[in-house]
Amino acid sequence: MEWLNAIIQGILLGGLYALFAVGLSLVFGTMRLVNLAHGDLTVLPAYIGLIIVGTGVHRFNPLYVIPIVMVIMFIFGYALQRGLLNFVVQKGEVQGVIVTFGLSIVIMNALQEAFTPNSQRLQVGSLNSASITISDQLAIGWLPIIIFILAVVVIAALQLYMGRTMMGRAFRAVSDDQEAARLMGVNTKHVWGVAMGVALLIATIGGVMYGIRTTFHPMLGADRLIFAFEAVIIGGMGSSWGTLLGGVILGVAQLLGSFAFGPAWSILCGHVVFVIILALRPQGFLAKTVTA
Amino acid sequence: MSAATSPATQDGRQYSVSVASRVNLLILGFGILIVAILAVFPLFGGTEWTRRLIDFFCYLALAELWNLMLGYAGLISAGQQGFIGIGAYTLWLFSDILGISPFLGVVFAAIGGAIIALPAAALVFKLKGGYLAIGTWVIAEILRLIVANIKRAGGNSGINIQATSELVQELGNAAWYSRVYWWALAGAILAIGVTYFLLRSRTGLALTAMRDNDLAAESCGVNLWRAKLYTFLIAGAGCALVGAVQAMYTLRVHPGSAFSINWTAYLIFIAVIGGIGTIEGPIIGTIIFYVLRETTSQWGTWYFIALGLLAIIVTIWSPAGIYGWVLKKTNFVMFPLQRKLRYSGKGDAPPEAAAGGDVSTG
Amino acid sequence: MSLLELEGVNVFYEDFQALYDITISVEEGEVFACIGANGAGKSTMLKTVAGLLIPREGRVLFDGQPINTMPPYKRVELGISSVPEGRRVFPSLTVHENLLMGAYRKRKGPWTADAIYELFPLLQPLRRRQASGLSGGEQQALAIGRALMANPRLILMDEVSLGLAPVVIKRIYEAFPTLLENGCTILVVEQDVQHVLTVAGHVACFLEGRIALQGIPSELSNEQITAAYFGV
Repeated sequence: MEWLNAIIQGILLGGLYALFAVGLSLVFGTMRLVNLAHGDLTVLPAYIGLIIVGTGVHRFNPLYVIPIVMVIMFIFGYALQRGLLNFVVQKGEVQGVIVTFGLSIVIMNALQEAFTPNSQRLQVGSLNSASITISDQLAIGWLPIIIFILAVVVIAALQLYMGRTMMGRAFRAVSDDQEAARLMGVNTKHVWGVAMGVALLIATIGGVMYGIRTTFHPMLGADRLIFAFEAVIIGGMGSSWGTLLGGVILGVAQLLGSFAFGPAWSILCGHVVFVIILALRPQGFLAKTVTA
Repeated sequence: MSAATSPATQDGRQYSVSVASRVNLLILGFGILIVAILAVFPLFGGTEWTRRLIDFFCYLALAELWNLMLGYAGLISAGQQGFIGIGAYTLWLFSDILGISPFLGVVFAAIGGAIIALPAAALVFKLKGGYLAIGTWVIAEILRLIVANIKRAGGNSGINIQATSELVQELGNAAWYSRVYWWALAGAILAIGVTYFLLRSRTGLALTAMRDNDLAAESCGVNLWRAKLYTFLIAGAGCALVGAVQAMYTLRVHPGSAFSINWTAYLIFIAVIGGIGTIEGPIIGTIIFYVLRETTSQWGTWYFIALGLLAIIVTIWSPAGIYGWVLKKTNFVMFPLQRKLRYSGKGDAPPEAAAGGDVSTG
Repeated sequence: MSLLELEGVNVFYEDFQALYDITISVEEGEVFACIGANGAGKSTMLKTVAGLLIPREGRVLFDGQPINTMPPYKRVELGISSVPEGRRVFPSLTVHENLLMGAYRKRKGPWTADAIYELFPLLQPLRRRQASGLSGGEQQALAIGRALMANPRLILMDEVSLGLAPVVIKRIYEAFPTLLENGCTILVVEQDVQHVLTVAGHVACFLEGRIALQGIPSELSNEQITAAYFGV
């Protein structure tokens, strides 16, 4: 039964990875920018949540704080794009990689400076440990289930947004042909700002829920970026449901690896499964676009 | 260094294409002198400065190789720490387990780096641009996690390299570090030499002309995939060599530091500050990096924040780096890569030639 | 007052000068044709009017207002819309979504999606189809329809007949009177002189970045046009 437990936990973990990955994929889709700071930008909202929740007697429930952090991160994303990243988007991929890598270093070290490198956690009381017991060896926590459902809802909402709204259509039009979109009256700088805002808004849900589920520290960004990237590539670029599938495959690989070889091998097993899929099916499982 | 070829006459003027100028020949002589002085430096410079220069040459070699990948094959890597780590651990393997002299172990480390680079290339070349960068990072993480799980190699806490410690006892500090120094110097000269040779080659010319256009390069008969592969292998071998030198320098190996992403942070910083896609850039960049590190690294996180911010600022406002800025102001080239059109004879310069910045009158 | 005026416009791509001292004026309600060989600078001029390129010297006036440095999206708001060279429909969007993208700036006017389907009935059954699967002629009709959705006062058409079958070209030019009736001024760029001269009120012939000949088509002889076109 323990292996079944590993699979179920892995699937639920995949929802979290999808929440990290969707923003990375959205930003690449609309502006061909690979945001190497994306991992750190999922860590940042957990710390913003920590500040708002506060210390002492008058603590807010972190779950209620999420919408506020989402708004803050949307504004931050829009400002970051218009104030900094728009200058590199059109210069080329090399510049994009360098600037976002620099940004990643700045965010990670600034968080260390402000909050110490020590682990922190957002407490939600009894929900932290509440679970459904299916059998003696099989208990599923409520929190992972909620996170997975959130991931599904977020992706469905994003699909609707992309398909039904003017801004969503503009995202896809800019992705198809930037110059033609400008000729249709699209202000690409604004659209990219909104895209980054939406990406970080989704990253916030993942980042804060992670902070409620377990402890976090400023150095997590690198792993987050890599897991998000792996989920995007496994699922197939440009496909949101594919990203969820990619996250699930990665999560299951990690937890089955941990079950089979021990916790020290967990992440390595995820990487190995990613490498195998990259070698055999580089376009991913549900790819929409042909190339990276 | 002067390679004058294909003279042609037209309208009574003589044209020839050449690479180097007289000034460059002078610089070549000066360069040979500097290398000669550097080669004998440990004999009079003292252990303290010898050690500093080892570190300097390591960073210089790494930055040149990173720049070579970007400038020659358009590859952005965020995973060179994987090869640095492999080099360090290969040195440990050969000297402590197989009992071979560490000085010879450096060579095996370079070979090891190239061997690892081959399958790594096959994988990451399926990705492009920024995703390729993260792909190389994943490879480095895989290597780190494997090594950290090997108990014999000290696992997560690393291990002292016994053979090197014994050699330090036997030879004394001065003699040991001068030997390490020569390896580091050789690594830096090799990295610069290979970069210069590759960028000067025909394929290098074609690739730089069509850096961002795979299709154009292919249609001109350039085998892009092979050029990328060779570059990746060379960089892998070179980084592993440097990793081995670093292991001899610190006398121990540790997965967290040998495979640290900080290496990539330093390399990007050096290349960006100095000037991307040039040979001279990393030399300037390494000097600035070194001075900055010696003076401000005790500030810890603030030092890293400064590195990140500087890289961002330079990329946005002066993408050619310090060397690019110097080039624009003075038109001075230390390592001539561009072919220049020279003409001699009667008449004024043809209008196209007069307009171009790279034309020098003979 | 003319709807669009260019006065002594010089345009550069970095160091390369693509347009020299271009002066034209397009009257409201007419078809203004720019002809010339490949690389003569016609498309560069359209890009300058659309706002993708900024002239280094000279003035661009729309309805008397200088728009030299105005970004493209603001020009769409003023009523300048484009049918770009090579059609450039959004391949992953459906036909209907492409049309809706044309109305991104929400200008008021006679053109709605239904009016476009009436103008180009061939698009009606394709409305849910992805634009990437359309034929060249269908894509060209879609590109024109998309530009009309902006309810433009001035529509810029770049090489609309390039690579299309004669029967399709004929059908596209047959739509011109409907456009003019609905208050649209047309600035069209063509390499193929034959069709465009039958509908144009004014013609400017481009040669190596300059205007070699300008006038009313009926007043120009074939020899004059040929000479200006080929620069002989």
